[in-house]
Amino acid sequence: MDLSLTEDQRSLKEVFAELFAKEATPERVRAAEAGGHDEALWRVLVGSGAPTMGVPEELGGGGASTADLVVVVTEAGRRVAPVPLVEVLAAADALSRTDAGGELLAGVGEGRVLPVLALRPLRSGSAGPVPGAAVADVVVALDGEELVALSRPAGQAAPLLPNLGSAALAEVTTAGWSGRRVLATGAEARRVYEDALSLWRVLTAAALDGVRQEALRLGVEYVKERHAFGVPIAWFQTVQHRLADEATAGDGVELLVHEAAWARDSGSPRAAALARMALLFAGETAFSTSAASLHFHGGYGYTLEYDVQLYFRRAKAWQLALGAPRHELRALAADLFPPAGPPVLEEAVV
Amino acid sequence: MDFTEHDSLAEFRKAAHEWADEHVRPEWVELEHATGTHHNPQLHALLGQQGLLGAGWPAEYGGSDVDPGYALAVFQEIGARGLRMDGWVTTEMVARTILHVATEEAKQEIIPPALRGEVVIVLGYTEPSAGSDVAAARMRAVRDGDEWVVNGSKMFTSTAHMATHVFLLTRTNTEVAKHKGLTLLLARLDAPGVEVQPVHTLGGQRTNATFYSDVRVPDRMRIGDVDGGWGVMRVALVHERGTATAPGGPTLVEQVAAWARDAPGPDGAPLLEDPTVAERLARLAIDDEVSRLLGLKVRWIASTGGMPGIEGSMQKLWSSEAEQRRVAVLTDLLGEQAVLAGDAGPLHGAVEWALRKAPVSTIYGGTSEVQREIVAERRLGLPRSRPIG
Ligand SMILES: Cc1cc2nc3c(=O)[nH]c(=O)nc-3n(C[C@H](O)[C@H](O)[C@H](O)COP(=O)(O)OP(=O)(O)OC[C@H]3O[C@@H](n4cnc5c(N)ncnc54)[C@H](O)[C@@H]3O)c2cc1C
Repeated sequence: MDLSLTEDQRSLKEVFAELFAKEATPERVRAAEAGGHDEALWRVLVGSGAPTMGVPEELGGGGASTADLVVVVTEAGRRVAPVPLVEVLAAADALSRTDAGGELLAGVGEGRVLPVLALRPLRSGSAGPVPGAAVADVVVALDGEELVALSRPAGQAAPLLPNLGSAALAEVTTAGWSGRRVLATGAEARRVYEDALSLWRVLTAAALDGVRQEALRLGVEYVKERHAFGVPIAWFQTVQHRLADEATAGDGVELLVHEAAWARDSGSPRAAALARMALLFAGETAFSTSAASLHFHGGYGYTLEYDVQLYFRRAKAWQLALGAPRHELRALAADLFPPAGPPVLEEAVV
Repeated sequence: MDFTEHDSLAEFRKAAHEWADEHVRPEWVELEHATGTHHNPQLHALLGQQGLLGAGWPAEYGGSDVDPGYALAVFQEIGARGLRMDGWVTTEMVARTILHVATEEAKQEIIPPALRGEVVIVLGYTEPSAGSDVAAARMRAVRDGDEWVVNGSKMFTSTAHMATHVFLLTRTNTEVAKHKGLTLLLARLDAPGVEVQPVHTLGGQRTNATFYSDVRVPDRMRIGDVDGGWGVMRVALVHERGTATAPGGPTLVEQVAAWARDAPGPDGAPLLEDPTVAERLARLAIDDEVSRLLGLKVRWIASTGGMPGIEGSMQKLWSSEAEQRRVAVLTDLLGEQAVLAGDAGPLHGAVEWALRKAPVSTIYGGTSEVQREIVAERRLGLPRSRPIG
């Protein structure tokens, strides 16, 4: 057991914390809200190698582990960076696991191609709203028995759907995305898709961990400064205790996200279940923490001028991109309580 | 990060299992449930005689050469069989404190017989009018030559009806601030003037109210300096935090899920096929995983030589609050089955019992509010909200 970051991860964290602090300031985040994307930031990230960081070195990527990606994505989440980094990392993972994906992958590394992952299989020709799709060149999707790379006619971006999290959300339909390249078929297609989706869960959970850390920091700083009844509002116990509960759940989020990454990197049979747990718990906690933080800002928290609303909206929106949590919970139950589960203890209790 | 948990006691597990097969009697579990006493004198004496209590202690104070890892494996095996050892837990806490702060005379008089299983010490901190604010203790101790004369009462003196000694937090100076006039005394429970009355609890545990009138305690049984009791309490409270791994086995949520796989719901289909049941059990499993991880963090910090004070509070706060959410959900999911007790209910009444036991988890060992204060002040740097004094 070792619950510390490696030395490399600590420097990775420092480098990306600095990058996002400089390139994803609250002003830049607000400026990108209408289109859901900051192209200049994306160019910087391409230059840093971030989009293909998780791709094996022999395929031209950075060879980073899931745990490394978690470190980077947490920093992106902390600044609510307006780029589809998680979606691209997940799509690049799928491309790197198929032979047919190689050419697209080279384009990702060079910054010519921005691929994202459809978060649900195509049904009746639609995968519903997909984060990043409004600025993507390629969407990796599961279409029946085939894993496909869908693309749009040249120069025609998919229409942006206005949304809570100010993401570059667009509907992915086979009609609009008429270019179609088959990457894999049958069991392989499903396996590659499920794996990439599982990575998306872990990384979105990591981004949400960043969101809840910053939302907590904003709340704690504010309650120390703001006075009411002659004392800082931090002095009131109801304020303290709610923030203490959020901090406690927050330590749990951080551990669960890192455990899910470790399980994936070490090929644990619990990896899929832990990825679901991490996303569910990170989403729930990021939202309750940012809601508490907003509440303790009083009326100012409700204004657009304060940053906490940026966090409050994304805390909910990023998780829900995948669908209603109850479906994830049901899938988790199937993972955790399979038909031949642990035996019932015949232990006498009174 | 590496979340691999090596079982440091693996090499001892088999021997511990055999020890328990040979010595632990199944009727002891029934006895514990019938009496609510979390201490078995026969078992305790046996552990003392065999040197298991003295494992890892210095030889000069009666320590044995039994491997501490083996002893811990035996204690865990005893726990896995449904027996608790509260008498040893509190005796060990106080003995460790004595080892740190008491006079040589007191160490020699108490520690060797405690390790032989002949002395059992319980905690007398809480009073009828002071619990969370333990430093507000009012029990009076007045010096009379070589002795202290003690008057007052203690509440929740668990296991006192089975013990030889009580570790009393007393007030020896009423002229100074409340933290500065406290002294700890180790009193004999068979001394004239001590009275022990049972107090029965919702979860079945028996605890006690204890009363002291003109009870005499020799000065050599004073643990630490006169009026230096708050410093001693700080040592004692550190020893309250255990870092041992509990033995595995299915959680209550897993047991209920396994039961719900076959048990029919109102429509005749297995309960687990009801999406609401499956979803809510899965959500509880997340809480359990978070509890486990927060505990792992406490153990990891301790293993690297750190002091997991804040993290210990977080783990205690989270897991006790999660326990209460869990029993509320499980009882609702089981409906009319949940209220059936003992063998009348599913899983031998485990869910009904769990509901009754749950309230205490956020009360003893420092209430949730006390833990939140620690997290708020020490992790978040928020100001102290309690009045100073
Ligand atoms: C089964 C059982 C066994 C026990 N065994 C022992 C034992 O062996 N020895 C021993 O000494 N004690 C023992 N205790 C006592 C236990 O430690 C106390 O009950 C506990 O510390 C709380 O104290 P209290 O009961 O006086 O509650 P109080 O301190 O009166 O608290 C009442 C309520 O007020 C809240 N509160 C108190 N202070 C604050 C604050 N600053 N801010 C916000 N809220 C606050 C508490 O959280 C609680 O909800 C036992 C208790 C039980 C139930």
